Amino acid sequence: MTAIGKDVPRKEALDKVTGAVKYNDDINEPGLLHVKMATSTCAHGIIKSIDVLSAWNVPGVRAVVTGDYLPVMTGSVIKDRPPIAINKVRYYGEPVAIVVADTEHEAQKAANSIKIEYSPLPMVKSPKEALVKGAPLVHEKLGEYKKAIDDVYPAAGTNVADHSKIRKGDMDKGWSECDVIVEGEYTMPKSDHIAMETRNVRVKIDPDGKVYVSSSTQCPHGIKDTLATVFSLNEGDIIVNAPLVGGAFGGKAPVNLEFIAYIASRAVGGRQVKLANTREEDIATSPTKIGLEAKVKLGATRDGILKALELKYFVDAGAYSDTAPRMAKTMASNGTGPYNVENVFCDALCLYTNNPYSTSFRGFGNMGHTFCMERTLDKLAVALNMSPFDLRLKNAISPGKGHTSATQVKITKSNTGDLAKCIYKINELIKLDDDLRVEVAKDKVIARGMSCIWKTSASNTDAISGAIIVFNKDGSLNLIVGVMEIGSGVKTGLAQILADKMNMEVDQIHVQMPVNTESSPKHWKTVASMSTVMAGRAVLSAADDAIRQIKDLGSIVLRVDPSQLEIGGGKVYMRSDPDNYVEFKDMVHGFKFRGGNSIGGQIIGKGTYIMENLTILDRETGKGRMGPAWTVGVQAVEVEYNTKDHTYKLVKAATVMDIGKIVNPKTAKGVVMGGMSMGLGLGSREGFLYGSNGGILNDSLRTYKVMRFGEQPDYMVEFIETPAEDGPYGARGLGEHGILGMPAALANALTRATGVELDQVPIDAELIWQLKTGGYV
Amino acid sequence: MMQLCGTDTIELEVNGEKRKVTVRAADTLLHTLREKLGLTGAKPGCENGDCGACTVLLDGWPIKSCLMLAAEAVGHSITTIEGLKNAPMQKAFFENWGFQCGFCTSGFIMTCHALATIHPGADDDTMADWLQSNICRCTSYEEIQNAVKQVLGKGDSSGVQGVVSMKEK
Ligand code: FES
Ligand code: FES
Repeated sequence: MTAIGKDVPRKEALDKVTGAVKYNDDINEPGLLHVKMATSTCAHGIIKSIDVLSAWNVPGVRAVVTGDYLPVMTGSVIKDRPPIAINKVRYYGEPVAIVVADTEHEAQKAANSIKIEYSPLPMVKSPKEALVKGAPLVHEKLGEYKKAIDDVYPAAGTNVADHSKIRKGDMDKGWSECDVIVEGEYTMPKSDHIAMETRNVRVKIDPDGKVYVSSSTQCPHGIKDTLATVFSLNEGDIIVNAPLVGGAFGGKAPVNLEFIAYIASRAVGGRQVKLANTREEDIATSPTKIGLEAKVKLGATRDGILKALELKYFVDAGAYSDTAPRMAKTMASNGTGPYNVENVFCDALCLYTNNPYSTSFRGFGNMGHTFCMERTLDKLAVALNMSPFDLRLKNAISPGKGHTSATQVKITKSNTGDLAKCIYKINELIKLDDDLRVEVAKDKVIARGMSCIWKTSASNTDAISGAIIVFNKDGSLNLIVGVMEIGSGVKTGLAQILADKMNMEVDQIHVQMPVNTESSPKHWKTVASMSTVMAGRAVLSAADDAIRQIKDLGSIVLRVDPSQLEIGGGKVYMRSDPDNYVEFKDMVHGFKFRGGNSIGGQIIGKGTYIMENLTILDRETGKGRMGPAWTVGVQAVEVEYNTKDHTYKLVKAATVMDIGKIVNPKTAKGVVMGGMSMGLGLGSREGFLYGSNGGILNDSLRTYKVMRFGEQPDYMVEFIETPAEDGPYGARGLGEHGILGMPAALANALTRATGVELDQVPIDAELIWQLKTGGYV
Repeated sequence: MMQLCGTDTIELEVNGEKRKVTVRAADTLLHTLREKLGLTGAKPGCENGDCGACTVLLDGWPIKSCLMLAAEAVGHSITTIEGLKNAPMQKAFFENWGFQCGFCTSGFIMTCHALATIHPGADDDTMADWLQSNICRCTSYEEIQNAVKQVLGKGDSSGVQGVVSMKEK
């Protein structure tokens, strides 16, 4: 009766197609006040004055608040960010003052009327500029900031928020063994998550000190922990409610608007306030994706065996560091891609600039290093006169060959799966071991490109998850976990895992969709593609707990040892005589004997999980175990390029990934395809454009382009199943991975099609034209 | 169209029901549906006409309710996702995994439902023409395309409640 491997529709699917599903902003209580922000129109400057008088004159205004009202510093890595600017602004769009008013339009009107004067400072607009000697400092007091974690190394008196190093092997020896060495320089701009639901939150503070937060978030428990620390509150007084989320992609992982909404509620005596981003604020004020500049040098023998790799990453964190240092570290640790390289040298600098600040984004930095390495591999293939397909196959990381990662973790079957199998498989979907560029008509070229991918999580070494199973009287059960349903179908997957373990039908499992920190067990964060793995393990352990209780009770009723009992189909029965059974419905709320006397009670199973065996990486060498198993895979793109006007069409896109165990095939495929679509968007059109004042020019969905219906290629997705020993049923993470290799595969295909090296994204007809013609007509 | 100054009470016909509602002249139809009538199926994705998350039907035609004032909708028949009952397009989205987070889904279903009703024989170009009005950030669009084709293939899209007039504009 296993539910694993079945296309079980999302538990909340009916609510979603009828419009009944409630997202955070769909729940409105009468009497709540509205918060609007006045944001900076200066990218770097000292705040000379803030004139709030006019705001107070707008009818309906209940509070006008500036940064000095409740000055706190926030940050999950370095505490470098005041939620409302104090003394200085560091990016265009930064909140400088807020207004609380009876209605949204009154709040907006008042916010618009606030006059702020700045004395502008010179801007730092790119990682390169951040590193120039004598560059303006984004944070003059960097050396004085508190660190939220130990292993981050901000350099006082510079714009360097962190420096991650990899020193593996012997570089001199490595280079001396190389017959061919290639180099490349790459850039990826900052861009936005564009979850269709913009971030929004409500907060109220009761007279007894209880703080009620309702948020569109990936991280309700993180909000609770963080608000408690930042505002010195009792953790137990903070209750965070989080309904279903309308897309997140990492953008709703950090605590962001919650700080401001809490401050706003305090300013109006604890009344409930709502702060909901407009699309423009969601892009320009809330955190974005990191930008990247990189230099890669890669060498190999004439047979194409990789021998030495030097990586230099310059990460554009923007004005505040948030999780950017962790993403830079992720790039350093995984920068080889899924290839064995004995000698690796990497410096990853995470840099402050006066661009909007960054936070986690689908892929957590892994898309960046993938782009750099995979473009370089294609250059190497050309230099070696070898097919890019063979080159990748030859160096594919694999167990049993003494391969190690850049952080010197031994590669095993369990921790990486089977990349070679993925590579052979994708060749059946899009032919890659053949001619990769074909002229099909006058002006028309078909070209293909590929990219291997890998990613493990970069979670805290002590990240936890928990699950509670509560039985209903009819024998069905409710599953309560702290994982957020952000669209990945994770809660349905967990129900499938539980149904399998309990040997029940999946429709007998009811999953609590919203998370409430008062009653849901803690799940670290719904990020890092680790939810099914972590919560899945917790669910299995909760099921074990419940099964033990059921068997104990069953053994009394059936008068046999618990070891002689089995469960299934909503019954506990004797293995030797299945007709001798007790139905769950007669026992999960206690068993009543004929005379009326009863034993047992409600069966409640609990399970917990903590990440095991992860270590902090060594500061000097990067040695250590950052995440559990990697998920490896390979992606390919086929384009049709018009040699005359330099436009191109996306024809096909394929992914083959080793996900350990397929819990729900259709959902897994959908999540991967969605990632591929986003990756193609980043490769072909997405990225911020800045005006001379440092502000984002394309801060609306009219000007910020995303993939639209009809532009999609034919998608092909296949899975390989090499179990990860520590995943539930062997499952590995897969939620983010679809995005990772798409920009690289696209750039590789287009480089081949156009004959110009495309080492930056987004790649549009104009860029190709400029590179081909030098920009002259 | 009616004239409205300040705040006034208007009558809207939504999902076959006549609803009295007090609005400001500047209130959009989206705001009114969500905040005043409790019909939160239509979503604010941009409030600028760019994403289609707020799509509802006006006399059977998809419109972006963030771009229309509530006052402009007086005298028209409005259908929101809550007004669809077992429409084939809902079933098709369900069966084809046509969504993940679901935030774009109401808007997409309304656009697709109208397409299937107005152009039951729509070809790929017409389909793309219509559906480019909506953004989905989670799916790859292929799932949505499969859902729409499933319904178009059958040429059946009954299930709208409320008055729907199909006259080409
Ligand atoms: S909210 Fe109306 S089009 Fe985006
Ligand atoms: S399902 Fe999330 S935006 Fe479409």
